[in-house]
Amino acid sequence: MSPLSPEDLLAIRLSLQVALTATVLALPVGFAVAYLLALTNVRGKAVLEGIVNLPLVLPPVVTGYLLLLLLGRNGWLGHFLGLFDIRIIFTLRGAVIASAVVGFPLLVRSIRIGLEGIDKQYIQASRTLGAKWWDTLFTITIPLCSRAILAGTTLMFARSLGEFGATIVLAGNMPGVTQTIPLAIYQYTSTPGGDSMALSLCLVSIVLSFAVLLIGEAANRKLSRR
Amino acid sequence: MFLHVDVEKKFEGFQCRVDFSLQSEKCGVFGPSGSGKTTLMHMLAGLLQPDRGIIKLNDMTLFDREAGINLPAEARRVGVVFQHAHLFPHMSVKKNLFYGLNRIPVQQRNIDPEHLISVLQVENLLNRSVAKLSGGERQRVALGRTILACPHLILLDEPLSGLDGMLKYQIIPHLRRVFAEFSIPMLFISHSLEEMRLMTEEVLVMNNGLIENQMSTEELARTKLGCGGRGYTNILRLESPEDLGKLLSYRWGDVPLMLVKTEKPAAGEFALNSRDILLFKKHPEATSARNMLPCIVRKTYQTDWLVGVELDCQGNTIITEIVPQSLDELDVRPGSEVVAVFKASAIQRLY
Repeated sequence: MSPLSPEDLLAIRLSLQVALTATVLALPVGFAVAYLLALTNVRGKAVLEGIVNLPLVLPPVVTGYLLLLLLGRNGWLGHFLGLFDIRIIFTLRGAVIASAVVGFPLLVRSIRIGLEGIDKQYIQASRTLGAKWWDTLFTITIPLCSRAILAGTTLMFARSLGEFGATIVLAGNMPGVTQTIPLAIYQYTSTPGGDSMALSLCLVSIVLSFAVLLIGEAANRKLSRR
Repeated sequence: MFLHVDVEKKFEGFQCRVDFSLQSEKCGVFGPSGSGKTTLMHMLAGLLQPDRGIIKLNDMTLFDREAGINLPAEARRVGVVFQHAHLFPHMSVKKNLFYGLNRIPVQQRNIDPEHLISVLQVENLLNRSVAKLSGGERQRVALGRTILACPHLILLDEPLSGLDGMLKYQIIPHLRRVFAEFSIPMLFISHSLEEMRLMTEEVLVMNNGLIENQMSTEELARTKLGCGGRGYTNILRLESPEDLGKLLSYRWGDVPLMLVKTEKPAAGEFALNSRDILLFKKHPEATSARNMLPCIVRKTYQTDWLVGVELDCQGNTIITEIVPQSLDELDVRPGSEVVAVFKASAIQRLY
């Protein structure tokens, strides 16, 4: 008999789905923010940096509650989305947003360090050779910080897999709908006799996180050999 | 080429204000570190926006503050060869070389890549990773990459300063050959008088963010003779090579010269530094030096550091240097006869 119930398998699938969606959605935005912080002289960089890093220092529950205030039915963004019949709270979308917001600073931080490490004369050389800024971005900047992008993506994905506090506040803990691995473990630990099931999911969580880190490291080695 | 620049750029504690026009194809910007050379280069290439002024290249206005013109770097067609080459590390040599060419409309491509690759002698490097190139190879590829982008002007930002003396002498012939072959106007930026002498004809002397002087490179080299221990680089055109075993014999006009055999004999241009030439009042009977040329002193001139002596060697001109004491002891004055002596190893090939 499998040590995992169909609900557990669903929680694993949802976890992967949420982490993957959150990472994919956050990546272009995270790169843009990192680019702004690292390579431009726009005003208000300190404020932007503070806002981006806030979820890193705030308790995830607080982040979740702020998101609830913003995206709830009476929140100004939630109210606006409601006009188009888009609901965020207590849906999978909410889980994705919570994961994306909490993992976002890790993504931006990694990419920013990578961008700051690029010798600016590579970018200047590309421009003087006739490449427009977007051409330089795709042919020089992104390839030269690909390892940092990979590191940020891996960190964010792993963080999203383990996200709990903000998710439970914003998306709730509904089996089959918003219940991810950490939420399922939480439910087992508060249910009498659920310890063994919680342990099984803990093992799954460890294996998944370890696999993500291994894949990330393998890809990093491949990039460094180029 | 016609280049007119009248710009100003202020930084905290430093101001660069330059106003000049250049027409020579081989120009240089000479000055010590921190004199504003790189700031000027960045403004020309479109990598730094001046606070005011105008930059015109041929009939194209690159920058005009009042008219609101500021062409971006990619539209200026001003190529840059950076001090440390800055080849793109994630691309092969071939991809580096063709990076600029692939971004130029086909009808504007006026350089034959195969010919350039052969002139630069990088055929065997094309599929290599740039990480596996030597310093000299990197600079050759960087030069090729810039030229293949078909620029109207090339800025060379101290391209030889990262190379040691021997390597420098290996790169200079490539640079000279390429610029002679493809007739591309250049602005060679350096604090090395020797490099300036070998690469340019006209020079802007910069100091403290200002153009102090604009003169021929020949004049600069003569004026600066002895400055910082540097000599004057005589450039000799040598013909009719003959293999004598361990030595090579060449003709410098009617004058026979001996060189150390380090490569296949071939006519070309060679460098001889004034520091390597000894002056004798009479012909030295026994000496290890292989070149002893009877000369007549054409003129002498005093620099801040030494005395320059211009010699007539059977119709050829050669400049050497002596200290003021030697001038008096040897009684060197216009019209007097002397013997210029230098080793076979003192002459190095340029082109």
